[in-house]
Amino acid sequence: MKRGILTFGLAIAIASAAFSASAQTLNAIKQRGALNCGANGTLAGFGLPDAQGNWAGFDVDYCRAIAAAIFDDPTKVKFVPLSAKDRFTALQSGEVDVLARNTTWTISRDTSLGLNFTGTNYYDGQGFMVRKSLKLNSALELNDAAICVQQGTTTELNLADFFRANRMKLKTVTFATSTEAVKAYDAGRCDAYTTDASALYGERLRVANSNDHVVLPEIISKEPLGLAVRHGDDQWYDIVKWTHFVLLNAEELGVAKANVDAQMKSDNPEIKRLLGTEGKYGEALGLPNDFVVRIVKHVGNYGEIFERNLGQPTPLKIARGLNALWSKGGLQYAPPVR
Amino acid sequence: MSRAGADEKPAISPLHDPRWRSAVYQVLLCAVIVFLVYSAVDNAAQNLQRARIASGFDFWHRTAGFDISQTLIDYSTVSTYGRAFWVGLLNTLLVAGLGIIIATIIGFIVGIARLSKNALVSRLAGGYVEVIRNLPLLLQLLFWYNAVLKALPELSDSLVLPGGAFLNNRGLFLPQPVAGAGFSVVPLMFVIGLAGALLFRVWAKRRQERTGLQAPILLATFLLVIGLPLAAFLLSGVPIEFGYPEKGRFNIRGGIEILPEFMALLFGLSIYTAAFIAEVVRAGILAVSHGQTEAAYSLGLRPGQTLRRVVIPQAMRVIVPPLTNQYLNLTKNSSLAVAIGYPDLVQIFAGTVLNQTGQAVEVIAITMAVYLTISLVTSLLMNWYNARIALVER
Repeated sequence: MKRGILTFGLAIAIASAAFSASAQTLNAIKQRGALNCGANGTLAGFGLPDAQGNWAGFDVDYCRAIAAAIFDDPTKVKFVPLSAKDRFTALQSGEVDVLARNTTWTISRDTSLGLNFTGTNYYDGQGFMVRKSLKLNSALELNDAAICVQQGTTTELNLADFFRANRMKLKTVTFATSTEAVKAYDAGRCDAYTTDASALYGERLRVANSNDHVVLPEIISKEPLGLAVRHGDDQWYDIVKWTHFVLLNAEELGVAKANVDAQMKSDNPEIKRLLGTEGKYGEALGLPNDFVVRIVKHVGNYGEIFERNLGQPTPLKIARGLNALWSKGGLQYAPPVR
Repeated sequence: MSRAGADEKPAISPLHDPRWRSAVYQVLLCAVIVFLVYSAVDNAAQNLQRARIASGFDFWHRTAGFDISQTLIDYSTVSTYGRAFWVGLLNTLLVAGLGIIIATIIGFIVGIARLSKNALVSRLAGGYVEVIRNLPLLLQLLFWYNAVLKALPELSDSLVLPGGAFLNNRGLFLPQPVAGAGFSVVPLMFVIGLAGALLFRVWAKRRQERTGLQAPILLATFLLVIGLPLAAFLLSGVPIEFGYPEKGRFNIRGGIEILPEFMALLFGLSIYTAAFIAEVVRAGILAVSHGQTEAAYSLGLRPGQTLRRVVIPQAMRVIVPPLTNQYLNLTKNSSLAVAIGYPDLVQIFAGTVLNQTGQAVEVIAITMAVYLTISLVTSLLMNWYNARIALVER
């Protein structure tokens, strides 16, 4: 009996000690045979499983791109749906390898949560959705309004800041998930629903009668959304970071899903380096040299991912705006592959 | 091991002495537990530091920066996380406290009704118990919340209730009573009435023991405690004013605001727990043997007196321990508030504060300590009450 307790205690101690030694994320993923990806699960355009259980979305495709780079197979991803409130704990505890859940990059999250943000894959800002019948033209007319919001988001804080800065009164009704918040807004509990503008497009499609609702023009905050990884594994941090950068570089250099094989024969030195026909940049990351070919072949470049999930062919019809390449008047700019 | 040799104890090796052996085992077990707890805490602290996750309790005094819909104490977006904790705790205590009172009242009524000789009444009570306690509480809360929201009118067609109150899908808005000049005489009279009622009770009890004559204690108590302050209130010219709620563009301002989330949670928790309390009460009453009732009747007690003086006091001994469990369940279940947007401790502290500070270990530890404390205090009170009503053997 005594020995039983001791052994049990030792097992716990060893198990919890082993948890910290997770510097080798890439090896763990290879052994496991799948990438664990923390995704949204309820947000059209960013992360949402369809009726057959196939995940689709902008952030989802980022996880597929990482899986394609590692395994040459974009389906080797296990998606873990996370609420805004639980997402950081899931990443910190090692339940997921990467958090791709439209997460705003802020200083406190980057420093005190034990996370590293790997860049901004979507430049966003916070907006408001209201009923058309209220005949509002501006968020500044929302004094004293009741506003539904999702818990555990920067949204919650920006909202309070915006009302404080404009000396307006606020009644916040906070819900654990966006589903409940939107449902309460739709039931008339609140005058407005607020979240990132990109998400508002998707949420507007979820209310009973989309045409009765409008998104107000004001954007009240900066929301640089990006993927995040745990502190302590620089190699893994580099892989996730450069997955984003090569997607941008591929778009900039005109390397797309359809022409990637043809581009392999290109004489352009930049394309040669990007696709691994020259140099050993993939190996330095711990990946095959042609990892960009794998990514682009399976999921396309940044522009293709954007159009497929958020652009004109989708019900969301979001314009590139700030997310256009720097060369086309946007903010998306990647360091060079060299 | 014969009795005769008891004075000259045989020298047993400590290895075989059961007392010594059990002491050693206990010390060892304690040491192992202390070691395990210490190494778990130490390991967690080291891991947090290695991953550069902030730890410690400095966050308590930092600005929270988020808004809360129901605050019993002053709170604004510039208050601290610590303040937000107290707001959440008070909201939890409010809904748990009121829930316990309402659930007890409904539970006792339904429990007694289930034993009624009237078939309709007992079947209705039975149906209530069976339906409510067999559905998950979360489902019921969502049902009440959505039912309440859907059934209530929009702000623009608010129901205007008599006395200047409004009811709509933003909540129930009541006029807020404000004490005017000269109101202080009313609580004074209440205290005097209460003291008078207690004195009357003592006197009536002594007289009954001496002479056997009964006095109308209930009527006298009612007159002294309610009647006296009421008379003072009316005689001093109704010194009270009301802050009436007014309809604004978006919301109703002023008055007392009762949120639909609060109503749904209170309603759901009370109705759910009442079903269990009803069963506890029914079992308790059935546990009192029928001979007691017959004996009381044969002494000439009326049915009401029999229930009050003979059956219920004995049933309470059976009812109180499981009742404590139900009270604890209700308090703990109040944390389901998070699903319907009521700002309780879990929603505010273990939800928003945890997420904004990222300090899961500290925040969850505090939250667990709070629920443990609430539960232990409730248990203590109920145990004390149980000991008071326990059968005293003479």
